[in-house]
Amino acid sequence: MKKINSTLYLLLLPVLAWLIISIVVPHLDLLFKSFRFENDDGLMVFSLNNYLAFFEDEIYWLTFVKTALYSIGITFLAFVVTFPVAFYLTKVVAKKYSSFMVLLLLIPIWIGELVTIYGWMILLSDSGVINQFLLSIGIIDSPIEMLYTNFSMTIGLLYMSMLFMIIPMMSALESLDDSLIEAASDLGASKWTIFRQIIIPYTIPGIASGSIIVFMLVIGDYVAPNILGGKSSLWFTEQIYNEFLSTFNWNEGAAFGFLLLLLSSGIVWLALKLTGQKLDRVGS
Amino acid sequence: MKKLLVSVSATVLLLSSSLAISQETLRVLTWKGYAPAKLVKDFEKETGIKVKLTYSNNEEMIAKLRATRGAGFDIAQPSQDRIAFVQRKYPIYQAIDFSKLNTDQLITSMVDAVKKNSGVDGKAYGVPFCYGTTGMIVNKKLAPDANDWSDLWNKKYAGKISYRLKRPTLIATAFGMGKDPFALYNDKKAYKALMKEVETKLIESKKYVKNYWTSGDTQIEIIKSGDANVISGWDGKGWSIHKDNPDIDFIAPKSGALGWIDTFAIPAKSKNVDGAYKWMNFMLKPENAAYFTNKEGYGTASKGADKFLSKEIKDNFSRSFSKEDIDNIKWHPPVPDGFEKIEAKVLDRIKAAK
Repeated sequence: MKKINSTLYLLLLPVLAWLIISIVVPHLDLLFKSFRFENDDGLMVFSLNNYLAFFEDEIYWLTFVKTALYSIGITFLAFVVTFPVAFYLTKVVAKKYSSFMVLLLLIPIWIGELVTIYGWMILLSDSGVINQFLLSIGIIDSPIEMLYTNFSMTIGLLYMSMLFMIIPMMSALESLDDSLIEAASDLGASKWTIFRQIIIPYTIPGIASGSIIVFMLVIGDYVAPNILGGKSSLWFTEQIYNEFLSTFNWNEGAAFGFLLLLLSSGIVWLALKLTGQKLDRVGS
Repeated sequence: MKKLLVSVSATVLLLSSSLAISQETLRVLTWKGYAPAKLVKDFEKETGIKVKLTYSNNEEMIAKLRATRGAGFDIAQPSQDRIAFVQRKYPIYQAIDFSKLNTDQLITSMVDAVKKNSGVDGKAYGVPFCYGTTGMIVNKKLAPDANDWSDLWNKKYAGKISYRLKRPTLIATAFGMGKDPFALYNDKKAYKALMKEVETKLIESKKYVKNYWTSGDTQIEIIKSGDANVISGWDGKGWSIHKDNPDIDFIAPKSGALGWIDTFAIPAKSKNVDGAYKWMNFMLKPENAAYFTNKEGYGTASKGADKFLSKEIKDNFSRSFSKEDIDNIKWHPPVPDGFEKIEAKVLDRIKAAK
């Protein structure tokens, strides 16, 4: 028994070393940096100023609030859009086709976020596919402005995060016994009642874990808001990027990074509380 | 157990030996287009040194080298105005040894200017490689009268304007307002006040902007697709679009195009300093420098490259720049420490504004 243990630890060593060197140490370094502040004499001192700056300067916290609200909205949209798909794939379509269809869902992820975003640019631009089509059949006289707006940014973020909502919901739906639905139906429940009283309560853990993943992905995304978003779409991650790369103020950037982590975790915690979910149930 | 240990250590040995460099390499941190494939191939053939390219921009170059305290790359290509203050604060470069450089093939006035601007404590940290200007790229058919920075907030072009929301635009806006921001580089307070005016101007006129472009590629994309007609842009990019679409061209704004010089600099912990000098001497050889200029459109610091330049390149220059325009080019002086902090706040507020 003892021998197995030591071998096990030895095998774990590379993983542990990797985790510590590439994740734990840099985070500690950033945490340390976030409390260092350059005072007026040009000296680095220990201070909370980097964190206070977030609350004092309204441009920072307003950006965060906007980012958070959009992320919540996109998470909800992702649920609305993907729930029918997940239900169809698990309950309606024949088993032999469903795995092929799941494969189709995966394909956009293989292409990579940047390429799909450029794809959306081709579709949405003033001289793009959609506008050209609408112009040619005479529905509109001048191109609708879609690209570089909050609309195009929402679409891009929604598109890249949908899959992460579908998969957890599918696994929750798969274990739902069809006879429950049949029984409810036999007892005279309407479709809406079945949906509300049986399907939703049963799938809630899947919905919750999907929502957490999507919310975290969206609030931490940089590429889609930066490329598809318009002139006013300052995302909080862009602000962190700017602190690191334009201002060379790594201390402020580190503080913003930790604030993003803390505040978004807080939002997830609050959402779980409000909906009466427990994290351990969501995880399973 | 013993067996396992042996196999683990064998694996480690194997890994480390395969990591060891079997061939001399040169890791170049540069801008896209600054190391054309043909020249890289020729260089590898001539010297036997393998070239590894990483594409970047000024901000990222500084951040990357700062993170490693000047390691990870053997040669970098920052703009001349972004060297001195960085070097003073975080010593990420090493001084240039001009005796290893074939200075005969360089334009002397440019070498002297860069020496002065990239100098810290009497040592120079940059060698000029190429130069160009930031001006405007305009669709002359749709916006025939656009000819100055002030057209970037001209109501006439509402919805068809684009620029990059970075420091050159703030500087350009100040020039377009009839001010001289470079004259205020020694007066932080006055500069801050001027940036406040610039901020107000750009927020006021934000409603006319189609979008902010973010890179060389998006710059080309936005004017080529017709999404914008009047944009700020780089001369080389404007001329390359002109080749495909003669309606679009680069123009030097009336209040002065902004001149930049990109350099070679050697990171503090460069592992192949000799290779770095070989690369500089190779890239600045007249034929090679001319190949680069013919391909990318940017001017070169190489003295004898003139006679290898194509007619098209020469035409580009004379079409966009009159004698007055050339005299009116505002060359970027070195950025004083702390100024980018002021500008970053301004840029954030403009981006966040409605």
